[in-house]
Amino acid sequence: MIPSIPHPLGNLIRSVVPYPELAFAINAVIAIIGICAVAFGSAIVLVYMERKVCAHVQCRLGPMRLGFHGTFQTVADTLKLLFKEVYAPGGADKFIFYLAPMIILTSPFLCLCMIPFDYNLQVMESPVAIPLIIAVNGFGILGILLGGWASNNKYSLLGALRGGAQMISYEISFALLLLFIVMMSGSASLQEVTASQAGNILDWWIFKVPVIGFLAFIMFLVSSTAELNRAPFDIAEAEQELTGGYHTEYNGTAFAMFYLAEYINLVTTSALAVVCFLGGYLPPLIGIPVIDSAFSLVPGFIWFALKVFFMIWVYMMIRWTFVRPRIDQLMDLEWKFLLPVNLLLIAAGAVFISFGWIL
Amino acid sequence: MAKKTTSRAYLARYFKRCITGPISLLQGLSVTLRYFFNPRKIVTEQYPENRKTLKMHSRFRGSLELIEDENGENVCTACGICERACPNASINILATKNIAGKRVLGRYLYRLGTCTLCSLCVESCPFGAIRMNQKFELSSTDPKDFDLILNQKEGR
Repeated sequence: MIPSIPHPLGNLIRSVVPYPELAFAINAVIAIIGICAVAFGSAIVLVYMERKVCAHVQCRLGPMRLGFHGTFQTVADTLKLLFKEVYAPGGADKFIFYLAPMIILTSPFLCLCMIPFDYNLQVMESPVAIPLIIAVNGFGILGILLGGWASNNKYSLLGALRGGAQMISYEISFALLLLFIVMMSGSASLQEVTASQAGNILDWWIFKVPVIGFLAFIMFLVSSTAELNRAPFDIAEAEQELTGGYHTEYNGTAFAMFYLAEYINLVTTSALAVVCFLGGYLPPLIGIPVIDSAFSLVPGFIWFALKVFFMIWVYMMIRWTFVRPRIDQLMDLEWKFLLPVNLLLIAAGAVFISFGWIL
Repeated sequence: MAKKTTSRAYLARYFKRCITGPISLLQGLSVTLRYFFNPRKIVTEQYPENRKTLKMHSRFRGSLELIEDENGENVCTACGICERACPNASINILATKNIAGKRVLGRYLYRLGTCTLCSLCVESCPFGAIRMNQKFELSSTDPKDFDLILNQKEGR
């Protein structure tokens, strides 16, 4: 049986192309091209954005020479990375060494497939999208552990083990917070989570559940920053201690793949935060009819992109402001603070639902 | 040996940190946000492009020069204190006598190549006759360019 997902573009191609197998192949290629365009395009934009945000936080200008305000700097950097020689260190397990960057790239691409960029702009609408995303995120840990293990380098191994321990710990909080949203909206499908926030700005889950919605959002920020392995939780690649962590020995294309995975993960996690807390592709209606009608004219994917970029900016400000905790402090924060508060939050959410305290 | 904490003190510290931690994080974030939204605070200079308008700050120590009044005369008395103050022997004062038999400055030899721009000569000068100027583009491919005679200016 040929799998088919109902979608206007997919249905059009299925009706035009005579053979169902061919239609399936064309649809798959369209989806792959779309996802790759979003992934690579956003990675290049985000590297530039990260450098600019970092520079302005530190009273610098950042890249200024290549193109207008250094816009082509990341393109040049990417080209340089791609043309570098690929080699593995002596004693490295070559097969796993080259397998690890490919494994680490699977999870962001799989997550990107499930993100609803607009009502019809989604590769895969799954009724169990949130548990699937939680499951698929585990691939990231596998890639880090394999990459560190295969490098035959103590720094890499230490970074990988620390990163693995950190990501497994914070996955619990991450999953519990997503389940909080599933509990609130009554569905695990990202389309339905978005649809449950229809209405004005107060209907988004961050405001709809008084106080604890905002609390859940803050905790989602913390746990997803740790999940992304970004500073202040970049224990896996703490430069001052481990030189580069799990990707110390990688260079050229393999390093670019680790880098790419990091930035696509940033996009998917920000998109998840936007879908779960900030109303997805819905326009921010504020209750004034003139402004609302103007906002509704703007297509949903533009609102989605704006919200995602706002979230990414928040992650970047967090990254360049806060200091890195020690590994034991990091574990303390998860097991002694975030996890108990999370469990309390879910219990409080159940109380809020049963008493109908949701706006 | 570390002092033993009672569970009561531990819990008190735990809950205190739950309050003070976020506050201190917000304080840090307010600083970075202020920098982010104030592009005027940027200290980077776009050097080769803004060469015409670039102004060094007043404390900058470039190469040494004699302070001259409006007639182009310096107040150096060739006392040689700067020569003795210089840790690298970059300065040599060659004094002569004028017609009245008074000791005056003949040549103020200054070797930029060995100078560390420490400004000890400026601080030691009792007459305020020398200063560090604002020039910083001092590199040259000819070592002769670093042996300067400060009181003989070009075109004189």
